[in-house]
Amino acid sequence: MLDFPIWKKALIWGICLLGVLAAAPNANYTTVESANDARAAAEAGQVLSAEQQAALEAWPSWAPSSLVNLGLDLRGGAHLLVEVQVRDVYAARMEAMWPDVRDALKEIRDKVGTIRRVADGPEDVLRVRIGNPEAMPEALQAVRGLSRQVISLTGVGQRDIDVTNDGDTIVVTLSEAERTATDERTMQQSLEIIRRRVDEAGTREPTIQRQGKDRILVQVPGIGSAEELFIETVVRETGNPDERPGPGNIVLPSLDEEGVYFVLRRRTVVTGDELIDAQPSFDQNGQPAVSFRFNPSGGRKFGVYTADHVGDRFAIVLDDEVVSAPRIISHIPGGSGQITGRFTVEESTRLAILLRAGALPADISVLEQRTIGPELGQDSIDSGRIASVIAFIAVLIYMILSYGRFGIYANIALLFNVALIFGILSVWGATLTLPGIAGIILTIGMAVDANVLIFERIREELRTARGPARAIERGYEKALSAIIDANITTLIAAAILYAVGSGPVRGFAVTLGIGILTSVFTAIFVTRLLISGWLARRRPKTITV
Amino acid sequence: MRLRLVPEKTSIPFMKYGRTTTIGSGAVCLLSLVLLVVLGLNFGIDFRGGTMIMAATEAPVPVGEYRDRLGALDIGDVSVTEISDPAADLTGAAKNTVMIRIEQQGDDPAIQNDTIVAVKDALSAAIPGVTFLSTESVGGKVSGELVQAGILAVVLAVGAVLFYIWLRFEWQFAVGAVAALVHDVTLTMGIFAVTQIEFNLSIIAAILTIVGYSLNDTVVVFDRVRENLRRYKKTELREVLDLSINETLSRTLMTSVTTLLALISLYVLGGEVIRGFTFAMIFGVIVGTYSSIFVATVILLRLDVKRDWSKKDGAAGTQFANIDA
Repeated sequence: MLDFPIWKKALIWGICLLGVLAAAPNANYTTVESANDARAAAEAGQVLSAEQQAALEAWPSWAPSSLVNLGLDLRGGAHLLVEVQVRDVYAARMEAMWPDVRDALKEIRDKVGTIRRVADGPEDVLRVRIGNPEAMPEALQAVRGLSRQVISLTGVGQRDIDVTNDGDTIVVTLSEAERTATDERTMQQSLEIIRRRVDEAGTREPTIQRQGKDRILVQVPGIGSAEELFIETVVRETGNPDERPGPGNIVLPSLDEEGVYFVLRRRTVVTGDELIDAQPSFDQNGQPAVSFRFNPSGGRKFGVYTADHVGDRFAIVLDDEVVSAPRIISHIPGGSGQITGRFTVEESTRLAILLRAGALPADISVLEQRTIGPELGQDSIDSGRIASVIAFIAVLIYMILSYGRFGIYANIALLFNVALIFGILSVWGATLTLPGIAGIILTIGMAVDANVLIFERIREELRTARGPARAIERGYEKALSAIIDANITTLIAAAILYAVGSGPVRGFAVTLGIGILTSVFTAIFVTRLLISGWLARRRPKTITV
Repeated sequence: MRLRLVPEKTSIPFMKYGRTTTIGSGAVCLLSLVLLVVLGLNFGIDFRGGTMIMAATEAPVPVGEYRDRLGALDIGDVSVTEISDPAADLTGAAKNTVMIRIEQQGDDPAIQNDTIVAVKDALSAAIPGVTFLSTESVGGKVSGELVQAGILAVVLAVGAVLFYIWLRFEWQFAVGAVAALVHDVTLTMGIFAVTQIEFNLSIIAAILTIVGYSLNDTVVVFDRVRENLRRYKKTELREVLDLSINETLSRTLMTSVTTLLALISLYVLGGEVIRGFTFAMIFGVIVGTYSSIFVATVILLRLDVKRDWSKKDGAAGTQFANIDA
């Protein structure tokens, strides 16, 4: 046990050294972070500003540069968990389907009699009552003819609507396969739109992840408050401004100009999900403008509307604010058009982004929202740092007082232990949170446990063994099973915490788990190495632990 | 001249106090359960939903001022508590901070962002120089899930522990370990009922860590018990247990002291955010040490353990039970 061949010694010291090197960049956190950012920008092909260039040179490229990832509660930022109301899309689909169903039934009006839509009931079900129930089979067939193939990997060969009858009422719903496919699309769309929106805010790379069936997790470091980020539903309306507000009108504020309000009719002409694209462009006079394009059905509606209302104004509304209210100069048939106004190039770009990004297909409800201001984050880092240092010193002193020379060896092992923890965290890119710092401090307290087990055992063995070397060896042998058992149990707790927890709690589980592994490693190998080295050099006749 | 907490050779007759400690522990556990029901835990927004805002001002502002402003907004139950951080001078943390807690608004599972904006606007207008250090809001849906997750975590942990100890030792040891754990968790939750410190997700994390730590302690004692059972086959179980505890006492206390040193440092200097967590840990370490010495072993005594470990038969632990490095 006390015999360490050269290769083993080299390996152990090598690992310790790697740990220290990997952890080193964290001591100079801001410098290395700026250098890393500058390097990333350079690789992305951007030309570096003088500032970035200086940052890059401040930390050489051959030096280790992985940094610990700071969690939101240390860096400051916003965390949002939103749920996409995928069911809204079903209702919208049914709504859009009604005209087509009505037209299909109109063709066989002589057989089916009157056609009336039944308005009550859930919104994602379309109910149509026909006057002539005997013609139900033909009616059903006519409506079924409207169904299309489901476009998805799993729904191949299935139709997208289910058509049944309930007495004299035709009931149309989306089929299961179509619902699944629609949900998928809705989630993809929502993810993309949220990503575009969030990219504009915040300072560092945001995290946007899908969670489960219908939830999205958004984490934006560096932003001051989550309310800025608050993602409201946008169903864009294009309405018609009127002279005076009356019933059926709503008053909305302007997006750009303070205190300017528009009176609009409530009716929606075209909705946001019928907009395919919006790009900044220039009009005939070379002024900045925004070109947009609708999908076929949207384009048709827009064409009809503009033909009927030449000379009037219409409003483009985003998030209950009027983005722009241009005048219709002529009938716009092709489904594409251009918004001109007093835009600057910047404004037209921004408007295009908003239009493109803004149309969320379904309502979003925010389930959970957390914002940590950067001052609090910095305070937490500072508190954590001071607490760690004090804890460290306290434990160091206590170990020396209790175990003398062996205590010093245990302390050296503890130093490498902490370095290894930081090194692993940095290289792995794991996230350090405030509970994570608590985990490290806890590890400092518990790390000595393995050494204490060994030392106490050695003390006992000294009473009965022949010679110190033998006692030390026996101490290590006997203590090992206890060390393994004890640490595995804490590891189990950490594993469960990781599985069931989220966010900061997970950060704690990670540091605790890593800390246990490094503690066992340093206790078993580093301390032993130091002790055996000392034994071999001095060969004392007796020792006191 | 070493610092020794415990003299070299102790022979405290722990098991003699077995009866007293069992009754005492049992009574305290029962008391905790009663307090949990009567006083209830002070659930944080993680479990109850609602909004929590941490606000700070340059100069001290009386809590009543906050309450008045917020009361005027008609947003239901609002509680404002002052946060006193004794180490703020040392760590440079913000002073004059208050914690504002707002009830869940209505049944809508979504967050009332509007409420937050209204609160911030009202406070910014009324109290000059107020900054909002952190804002947290949890809806009813997520908080319900977090409660489930929390309970699941604790149950899973205890179950995993039971399984592991059974694997490595015998079933009596497993029962003893689980009894000690349940004792620790119950007492910890009891102290939270008494002190009404906020009970949120990080406290669950603390409880799980306590489970791990207490088990750590208990296993070390068990390991020694197992060794001594083999070595002193003829000695009475009571004496073997006493001997094992005395032998491991020095180590048990040492580790508790070092862990407490680290935790106390964190408690004093670590800032308000994790204070509840650290408090739970400190309490857990103390109780965990006690339970390893008095609760787990007494259960072993009562359940009576197999003495003859030389034969390997089906009733013994599995092949993992006899691993010695």
